[in-house]
Amino acid sequence: MLIRRTERFKASEITDEKLYLNRREFIAGGGAALALAACDVADGAAPPAGAPLKAARNDGVSVKEVPTKLESATTYNNFYEFGVNKDDPAREAHRLKTRPWTVAVEGLVHKPKTYDIDELIRAFPLEERVYVLRCVEAWSMVIPWIGFPLGAVLKQVEPTSQAKFVEFTTLLDPVQFPGQKPGFFGGGLEWPYVEGLRLDEALHPLTLLTVGMYGQVLPNQNGAPVRIVVPWKYGFKSAKSIVRIRLVSEQPKTAWEKAAPQEYGFYSNVNPTVSHPRWSQATERRIGEFRRRPTLMFNGYADQVASLYSGLDLKKHY
Amino acid sequence: MGRRGRLVLKIFAWAVCLAPLAALAWWIGRALWLHTDDLGANPISFITNHLGDWTFRLLLASLAMTPLRIVFGWGWPLLLRRLLGLFAFTYAVLHFSVWILVDHFFNWGQMAEDVVKRPYITVGMLALLTLIPLALTSTTGMIKRLGARRWTRLHRLVYLTGVLAALHFLWLAKVGRTDQYIYVAVLAALLGVRVVEWARRLVRRAGKIPPPRPATPP
Repeated sequence: MLIRRTERFKASEITDEKLYLNRREFIAGGGAALALAACDVADGAAPPAGAPLKAARNDGVSVKEVPTKLESATTYNNFYEFGVNKDDPAREAHRLKTRPWTVAVEGLVHKPKTYDIDELIRAFPLEERVYVLRCVEAWSMVIPWIGFPLGAVLKQVEPTSQAKFVEFTTLLDPVQFPGQKPGFFGGGLEWPYVEGLRLDEALHPLTLLTVGMYGQVLPNQNGAPVRIVVPWKYGFKSAKSIVRIRLVSEQPKTAWEKAAPQEYGFYSNVNPTVSHPRWSQATERRIGEFRRRPTLMFNGYADQVASLYSGLDLKKHY
Repeated sequence: MGRRGRLVLKIFAWAVCLAPLAALAWWIGRALWLHTDDLGANPISFITNHLGDWTFRLLLASLAMTPLRIVFGWGWPLLLRRLLGLFAFTYAVLHFSVWILVDHFFNWGQMAEDVVKRPYITVGMLALLTLIPLALTSTTGMIKRLGARRWTRLHRLVYLTGVLAALHFLWLAKVGRTDQYIYVAVLAALLGVRVVEWARRLVRRAGKIPPPRPATPP
């Protein structure tokens, strides 16, 4: 009985045709859609999750795989601010208010700047990039993200020569994020969620400041209104619902490092040869597929990023 | 309890034990034929967790029967002990089979590595192994062949199963999760009742030598 699932989940069948049809409609009526979105912004209301967001696909950096079903990508999430279970984020997501929202880019920079979210979304040309998201829990999804390289923002604020790392901080608000309440859902992680990258990792052209996915405004459970996506690292490295991006000289202490240093290192590059203490990283299950598939070094982005780590012992710096 | 009462009790227990399997079959059927999302985005993980959860719940239920008799003096729980234990074993075998047949699809190399290197899998595997002799000697015939005393001593192995299952759950649970502590607390309570009863019996036996004698009135 279960074997039949394989047939059901053939790539061609998980193609979300509705999505593509919709996207064509959006392109056709693109002007009207954009005008509508602009009205929402003018009213000070958040664009509804699922509102169209147009961006041309950057084929050069996109994988050729069929995207995971949108429903899976929005109902199977690790976003502890909403709760520890996979279905908590979709259920609690309505609590998050994404307008007004600002992102402070500060620290060791010559021109610190606090961006209004709508200003940030319009500051640089948006593009669509189909990346593989590999969770440390050995599952993965193929997601068409919309955003622009984080490096564009970082260059605008002009990091000083002392800046060596970039620290990302997620919104702290237990009312909007019930998972941050002490005791009940929370416990384990120290809030706010802090993540970090080396400056060269943050400046890498693959590192995407992300405001949408699947041709839509980023849903709350996926890290609205703005998150990063670092496709060669495990998913938890890609901080969500960011309010502060700080350039610093010391390696930031990240949330998961603080919670379980023996399980989650600062680098957390996808690496099939370094096991997590509780599970092997050699294989993964693509959501929607039946069989596990081998995990690729740097999640398949080795050609682009391996040079960042030449001379670094990746077994020690996991 | 009369024959009729026993029958009702047994039917009720069967229904409770089969319900999670029936629900799973229903969800799988709907997902396959109606393309519903009952099993979520990661069905294999869902099925494994569902079977694992119910293995532990039924194991705790079987371990709860003796304490119910001790604490409340009821006799009927003992009628269900074997049935609950065998269902716990059934769910454990299914849980394990999904891991081999569906999750890893006979990738023996990776499974062997998992058993050796991941403590939570090691103890889970040991928990299943400890249940096998108990299931094999669960028949009335086997109780007679072993003799009640030896049979009872062998079946104390289930306390170890409980502890191994608890470790399995504690070690696999990710940071921030809390429901595993409820299971562990229940297990601790069920084993605790036995310890208290055992201690009381020791005291009573000690008190019986010489047996208590009413003081003779002058």
